[in-house]
Amino acid sequence: MSNIPSDLKYAKSHEWVRVEGDVATIGITDFAQSELGDVVYVDLPAVGKTLAVGDIFGSVESVKTVSDLYSPVAGNVLEINPELTNASELVNTDPYGDGWMIKISLTASVPSELLDAEGYGAVAH
Amino acid sequence: MSRMQKMPEPELIFDRSRPGRIGCNVPRCDTPEVDVASAVGAVRDDLHLPEVSELDLLRHFTNLSHINYGIETGFYPLGSCTMKYNPKINEQTARLAGFANLHPMQPVATIPGALEILYGVQSMLIEITGFSTITLQPVAGAHGEMTCLMLIKAYHESRGEGNRTVVLVPDSAHGTNPASAARCGYSVKSIPTDAAGNTDLAALATALEEVGPNVAALMLTNPSTLGLFEPNIERICKMLHDAGGQVFCDGANMNAMVGTTRPGDHGFDCMHLNLHKTFSTPHGGGGPGCGAIGLQSHLEPFLPAPVIRMSEGKIIADEDRPQTIGRVAGFYGQFLMEVRAYTYLRAFGKEHMADISRYSVLNANYVRERLKDVLPPAHDRPCMHECILTAEKYKKEHGVRALDISKRLIDYGFHPPTNYFPLIVPECLMIEPTETETKETLDEFCDAMISICREAVEEPDLLHDAPSTRITGRLDETLAVKNLDVRWWPNQ
Repeated sequence: MSNIPSDLKYAKSHEWVRVEGDVATIGITDFAQSELGDVVYVDLPAVGKTLAVGDIFGSVESVKTVSDLYSPVAGNVLEINPELTNASELVNTDPYGDGWMIKISLTASVPSELLDAEGYGAVAH
Repeated sequence: MSRMQKMPEPELIFDRSRPGRIGCNVPRCDTPEVDVASAVGAVRDDLHLPEVSELDLLRHFTNLSHINYGIETGFYPLGSCTMKYNPKINEQTARLAGFANLHPMQPVATIPGALEILYGVQSMLIEITGFSTITLQPVAGAHGEMTCLMLIKAYHESRGEGNRTVVLVPDSAHGTNPASAARCGYSVKSIPTDAAGNTDLAALATALEEVGPNVAALMLTNPSTLGLFEPNIERICKMLHDAGGQVFCDGANMNAMVGTTRPGDHGFDCMHLNLHKTFSTPHGGGGPGCGAIGLQSHLEPFLPAPVIRMSEGKIIADEDRPQTIGRVAGFYGQFLMEVRAYTYLRAFGKEHMADISRYSVLNANYVRERLKDVLPPAHDRPCMHECILTAEKYKKEHGVRALDISKRLIDYGFHPPTNYFPLIVPECLMIEPTETETKETLDEFCDAMISICREAVEEPDLLHDAPSTRITGRLDETLAVKNLDVRWWPNQ
């Protein structure tokens, strides 16, 4: 069973969101990284880019495939994880911690369609 | 070499190198001698080229060729690649001096025989595909896709509809489809596949409504990458045409249709063909590819020049094309590949053309049936020229992935099938046997797969550790991608 922390929100497309005030931190789930296999490259947006819910904010490349990353929330990119440039394996080893991808300054409330841990558990298997 | 025996690791040619040893005699110079340094500037002396005798050189590469795996050494069921056997007669004709010694810059008036070959290939492909025109100019499959989209773009623009900027691509498509669309400046919208493995018609209708007057085209692979014929193809083409869009057929899977049914009759506006898959021109080592395209008459004015066509009883290379999109290649296709395709088509003959699709579909369904109890097909209906199986239960129950099954297959002496494509099937194995394999070979392969699936349950580590009988074990693909280093440098 993959790890699904109960304090996060999840998108069906396998991104997680941690909301702190009006800033959301986004990454991909433990299930997603295990399906992808070893991640070799993460393509992230420029700081300042405006994202709507469902917009592609980047892509993640593994030895198996390349997958688009979809923004679960609306806002402006505040920060990207600089460590992923040279250490993309952090997405595999610590998907909810050091493997985070972007921080977004929210311009709208978090969509109610996002899943809680239990709801995501039903999707991720 | 027996299949389960560990192979010795070959040495590098550099290991045999000794300073001053020479493996060839250079003929006496028949032009005035020039000092190399004065002609080209500084000459590097740090290149570390190997210095070996002719015999050492010969042995080195002969031994390497023994560990190479190709269609001439064994079964090669790489799905979506059509690794059929290319008959040797193709090579004989391509080596005829009259073809092989043509110069690409020769005046067109001096090559009527070459034009005849090109026109002949075009005419036969027109008959096979049902389109009104074929051009052989694109030099790869994705190049053919892109050329088709360029024609579609020119067509829309000629009608004052340059606002059509969205291309629809099903989620089962080859990655080259969205890439070709993006390269032509289109934005791409993905269309889902329904539970039966067909294009989701409701989702297509919704997408067409959303995109409205901006739809440029749909890129559809038929049979799809799920190895399934799209039963709603005529309806799909009509939906696109009613919305003012065009329909492109990705011809990667043409092997399932040759001589049996024609995309030009299904409603498609254009398609690409991979001569290097379907029509038996060389495929390994990167090609060179051949991405011929077929199109309906409304796209003809925009064809890349020159157009090889009949004019007053003579075959001409027509450069007078006012609405052309321009050249898409320096020359007209890969000429010697067209000679091979011509040979293949003529050797088969019209009366046997349908055998290609019949036997390739029969072989794929035979493999599907023999393996269905150990590796369930992704969809419950007969497949076309390739079958898509899922190893999901082995992953869930025994921690064995499709990749592990493929790696173990190497120990059994077979090239693995395609893994993890199409992306929408979990733990996917995509097997395309092609029409050129005998029942005996298919049985050997199926026996190996059944044996491996038994091992997956009883001794899963045999699969995790595979391959264990080749010169190298499981390669670290992550390291290879992240820290690629293929240079050789002497120990210092």
